[in-house]
Amino acid sequence: MPLLEIKNLTHFFGGLRAVHNFNIRIEPGEIRGLIGPNGAGKTTVFNLTTGVYKPTQGQILFEGRDITGKPPHEIGKLGISRTYQNLRLWGNLTALDNVKIAFYGRIRYGLLGAFFGLNGRHEEERQIDREARELMALLGIEQYADMVVSGLPYGIQRKVEMARALATRPKLLLLDEPTAGMTPAEMEETMEFVLYIRDTFNLTIWLIEHKMRFVMGLCRWIQVLNFGEIIAEGTPEEVQNNPEVIRAYLGTAVT
Amino acid sequence: MQRSSETPSGLKGWFQRWREAYRDVPISAWLVGMLAAVLAEALVGYDLAYLLGLGNLPSFFGLSLIFKRWQLIPNILVFVVVVYVIPALGATYLVRKFMARFGRMRGVAWLQRIPSWGYILFNLAFVYVILHFWAAASDYRLLVLRLLGVNIILTLSLNLVNGWMGEFSVSVAGFMAVGAYVASILMVWGFVDDDVFGAAVFPEAWAPFAFPVALIIAGAVTAITALAVAIPSFRTRGDYLAIITLAYMFIVKSAIENIDFLGGARGFMGQPNVADSLLVVFIWTVLAVWIMHNYVTSTLGKATSAVRDNEPAAEMMTVNTRKVKMVAFLTHAFWSGVAGGLYAHIVGYINPGNFGLVKSAEILGMLYLGGLNSVTGSILGTVLFTMLSEILRPLQLIKWMVIPVILILVMIKRPRGLLGFQELRLPFLERRAQAEEEVSHAPAGD
Repeated sequence: MPLLEIKNLTHFFGGLRAVHNFNIRIEPGEIRGLIGPNGAGKTTVFNLTTGVYKPTQGQILFEGRDITGKPPHEIGKLGISRTYQNLRLWGNLTALDNVKIAFYGRIRYGLLGAFFGLNGRHEEERQIDREARELMALLGIEQYADMVVSGLPYGIQRKVEMARALATRPKLLLLDEPTAGMTPAEMEETMEFVLYIRDTFNLTIWLIEHKMRFVMGLCRWIQVLNFGEIIAEGTPEEVQNNPEVIRAYLGTAVT
Repeated sequence: MQRSSETPSGLKGWFQRWREAYRDVPISAWLVGMLAAVLAEALVGYDLAYLLGLGNLPSFFGLSLIFKRWQLIPNILVFVVVVYVIPALGATYLVRKFMARFGRMRGVAWLQRIPSWGYILFNLAFVYVILHFWAAASDYRLLVLRLLGVNIILTLSLNLVNGWMGEFSVSVAGFMAVGAYVASILMVWGFVDDDVFGAAVFPEAWAPFAFPVALIIAGAVTAITALAVAIPSFRTRGDYLAIITLAYMFIVKSAIENIDFLGGARGFMGQPNVADSLLVVFIWTVLAVWIMHNYVTSTLGKATSAVRDNEPAAEMMTVNTRKVKMVAFLTHAFWSGVAGGLYAHIVGYINPGNFGLVKSAEILGMLYLGGLNSVTGSILGTVLFTMLSEILRPLQLIKWMVIPVILILVMIKRPRGLLGFQELRLPFLERRAQAEEEVSHAPAGD
């Protein structure tokens, strides 16, 4: 059974067709790539998958279960998590709190615990604290735990966002341009980092990326989106030499 | 103490030595010092005030007297030093000395085993005793202190919405009004022979025990009416909540003005005397602060800040943002309602005019003075604002020009308020800090 299966996904923003007839099957353990020029609808596909928008048509199955139209926090609990193209951290909070809040869906002590300290709140909070710190240690950012996140360097913020995404215990992680704003050296590092978290946390990863070297290095299978439609898919080599793809990125040759 | 030998001489040196001597005094010693000052005031304050020509005992350390009769400033200074400063510092010093010796004695290890809530309760009781003696001097002080408690609840509950949740609510006064009227109706119906509500239903002796129930019902009713605001406005973000809460406040006010059996604009009176002791208000204030503090320090409660900083990301990270916003807003409404009920029984007479925009603005002033996202900030802001308001009372109308100017100056210096997004450390609530201090004092004596 595929981990994620999307069938005939179509979405309209008013009269604009953002995604048309999108299909995908992702098997567990894969790293899958989604590329395409600016405005192709890549992020919209992610937003549809995570429930930010309700698709106009089509069906999204996660582990065989229909999650079409569910709100993001429920989809998050089922095991899909993501990072954002432009960081979306909670800037006024410490890095540790950023990670801890992502445990929200698993907190059992409820409002009684929150208001009156009952229901084993203190044990559970200690547990969350320990797990969050362990997670940050695995990503090598434990020394930033108690600093306010908006004051941290960009690269660290990226890792905090990753730690936060992992704190929901996802099975499928969506990465929206994980190397945005990075130098080539940092990009190499991020490639290794993506492989590391996939192996450490048993993840399946679906990523959007512009930088070809990054996608080529990580993914075995790539889909190319243009104007909301898949124009090509295959191995990196196949895609790279596909005339449709070249046309989409570079335009047609003037003769 | 390691007193450095290069201490400069003169006034500066004296000041530095003085500061060193008192720098790491445990908070319980300070509390004893404050108690000493309060007792000194009760013993000699009246006579000394008369001798120095201050008239009656000054209510706020003589500060408001400065604005009435500035010629008395030297006399006021003498009074403050003799009655407050010397007893406070003296007692603190003695207690510190005693504690240093005490810490070296054997058999005090059991102190360290007292659970932290024991320390907290002990110190809170101490604070209450100090306030009790201080308030015993005049009804005016008692009233100010009780209203201060009410305002602390209001400010902190508003902080949940305006601070942690990052929306803008102005309906504090509206919530207060609902709570005040509901609690008043319940208590008058139950315990007072009234023209409208008929004879008392229960014996009057039960009133103090029924009062908490009435307050909780008042808070719950307020929270239910708040749903009318919450449901439509939480579909969006931005200024909508401010507009809707403003509307709520005016609707409540004009509704009460037009309900005849509640007295309309003439007001409602006859509340039984169940909140005339400081203790009742003190307990409710501590309870409210404790519960709201619990909430905002839990991960569940911190998610409120996540909603403020980035709602879509919070939603994706499994936070049920709608529920989080509801809880914050309804908690705000609940405690504002409780505070309103307390207020009604403290002043014993309410009318819709009490609960207008001015009241909301006052609470907002306290909130932004103290700082958003801070429990201690809310308390500090309320205390400072109330004190300022009482001290400047002799200036009459000019007061309302001076206070805004002060607020503006604070905002220029500290745009996030005095304690915005940070907490003041309160050592008397932290058992470990105190235990460590006692230990660290052990070898210090010589």
